[in-house]
Amino acid sequence: MTPRTLFAKIWDAHVVHPLPDGPELLYVDLHLVHEVTSPQAFEGLRLAGRRVRRPELTVATADHNVPTGDRALPIADALAARQVGALATNAREFGIELFDLASPHQGIVHVIGPELGLTQPGMVIVCGDSHTSTHGAFGALAFGIGTSEVEHVLATQCLVVMRPKTMEVRFEGAAASGVTAKDLILALIGRIGTAGATGHVIEYTGEAIRRLSMEGRMTVCNMSIEAGARAGMIAPDDTTFTYLAGRPRAPEGERLTRAVARWRRLKSDDGATYDTRVTVDAASVAPQVTWGTNPGMVADITARVPDPAGFASAGERQAVERALAYMDLRPGTPLEGLPIDRVFLGSCTNARIEDLRSAAGVVRGRRVAAGVRALVVPGSQQVKAQAEAEGLDRVFREAGFEWRNSGCSMCLGMNPDILASGERCAATSNRNFEGRQGRGGRTHLMSPAMAAAAGIAGHLVDIRTWA
Amino acid sequence: MTPFVRHAGRVAALPRVNVDTDQIVPKQFLKRIERTGFAPVLFHDWRYGADGSPDPTFELNQPAAAGASILLAGANFGCGSSREHAVWALREYGFRAVIAESFADIFYANCCQNGLLAVRLVTGETRELFARHTRAAGRYDVVVDLEAQTVVDDAGFRAAFSIAPYHREMLLSGLDEIGRTLLEDAHIAAYERDRDEGRGKGEGW
Repeated sequence: MTPRTLFAKIWDAHVVHPLPDGPELLYVDLHLVHEVTSPQAFEGLRLAGRRVRRPELTVATADHNVPTGDRALPIADALAARQVGALATNAREFGIELFDLASPHQGIVHVIGPELGLTQPGMVIVCGDSHTSTHGAFGALAFGIGTSEVEHVLATQCLVVMRPKTMEVRFEGAAASGVTAKDLILALIGRIGTAGATGHVIEYTGEAIRRLSMEGRMTVCNMSIEAGARAGMIAPDDTTFTYLAGRPRAPEGERLTRAVARWRRLKSDDGATYDTRVTVDAASVAPQVTWGTNPGMVADITARVPDPAGFASAGERQAVERALAYMDLRPGTPLEGLPIDRVFLGSCTNARIEDLRSAAGVVRGRRVAAGVRALVVPGSQQVKAQAEAEGLDRVFREAGFEWRNSGCSMCLGMNPDILASGERCAATSNRNFEGRQGRGGRTHLMSPAMAAAAGIAGHLVDIRTWA
Repeated sequence: MTPFVRHAGRVAALPRVNVDTDQIVPKQFLKRIERTGFAPVLFHDWRYGADGSPDPTFELNQPAAAGASILLAGANFGCGSSREHAVWALREYGFRAVIAESFADIFYANCCQNGLLAVRLVTGETRELFARHTRAAGRYDVVVDLEAQTVVDDAGFRAAFSIAPYHREMLLSGLDEIGRTLLEDAHIAAYERDRDEGRGKGEGW
């Protein structure tokens, strides 16, 4: 048999039927739904008199627009309240399980899927959210879709998709101390660009990936979309199976044993070929921090703000000039030492328990710098409860951080958590686009430990030399 | 969905690369539960100053861009968030086609679902279109023809573009994709029987 990639094995197993003119009808095992990209899809079903084909393969939560303050209070923003209300109505009407704001399992959709054990190897998983690529960390094919496609999946449990190309990204060697999953993925995006993997599904391989925990792998796969990839994935191994065992929705006992035996075959065969291959020397990756207005505008923390004149094309030069003007940065300024106003520890990229432990380790016994406002937003209510059981909330609070309920929060600022114009933020999230965290807000993406340290120091620091 | 066959219209030029969907429709406007109401907020933070008045330097606010229905933009247009609101906003504003060197995958798929034709041209061709647009002081019209797969102007510009046959058919006919897929119900049901009994072609994974 021809050697196949991990991607091909999952894809081939989900083709319901080839369609004329090239695309294939692909079956979806798990459809995750949230309040922002689904109301128009449910309305479409209603108008056409259609039902949800497999409500039991569909799971909903409210995360994007929800306030992260006191959960006992009603949502003050009337439009946000209406959107969250619509999700509840739709879930009830169409028979879909919903983890609402009162649920102990509520959280960012890409945090709760894995946490509940809903996300499993070999699945096709979709959600009306580009960061659905996160779930690929389990050896699933997971990708974001638009609202029309959400409606399509609700109605048919299938999607019409063109087979994407494949790209292997191999991280060779082990990452150095202080260098995290976030740094690996940012370094990759810096190298191949925000459109570097357009049209491709990335499979991450190599020693540095194998050494990552499931949470680290999720961070890497999460930002695949930031390199333009359709999805990112990592072959499951014992790290994956150990993570899954005992999760509420994961198989148990004999069923788990049988599942693991199947899942072990979910890896690219020797000799399988990819359309594109990229190799990164993980040992040479330094802590990364973005300086511009897309995740590809990134550099080592030891670097300086680049000079637009150093870029090859006129388009790039113009984009860099525009980015530096927006970010209020001058070429040649060292990134280390750049003063910040805010810290955001959160998002589907970096708000899991290991992220919070890593950040708490940095802030323990210290105080947030004068004039800096720092926010910790756990990725889910389960992460929050776990952190509280470990006393991390106290560590953060005593250091002057605000301790919040879970949600997307300041990652996209479509809730009360936003930057004021001109504020500079050390953020653990995934996008530094203009206005993403609030109009005029300036975002620098980095790892949780780096963001936490920046909050204490009051400026960007190199976590390897900072004490 | 409104079919797209051939469209003649005014070009608005947005010579920026990596225009992300957060710029096309900023997050504060994603709380609507309707598919409509997004035209007024298209490119909001670029289009309006902090005081809410139109920014005269923004490309779409140029008098020559009034009534534009074809957007010419830099590479990797529509990157970032999957929000289909970006496509709804472009359509509602009056755009029928977007021309760029490349598009982000999810945005491209969303265009196909909404009768917005995303035309990929090579670098030299988009550069030429930008140049002609500048020379005409923004009063520049082209014809985008999906049947012929060409973009032409009346002064000798002509570029052919490629598009997957499936997407071409979908746009030409204004296909209801869900209705189309439901015709495959027998195949879906057969797949589901095998899948649910754990004997699918995926050996159960």
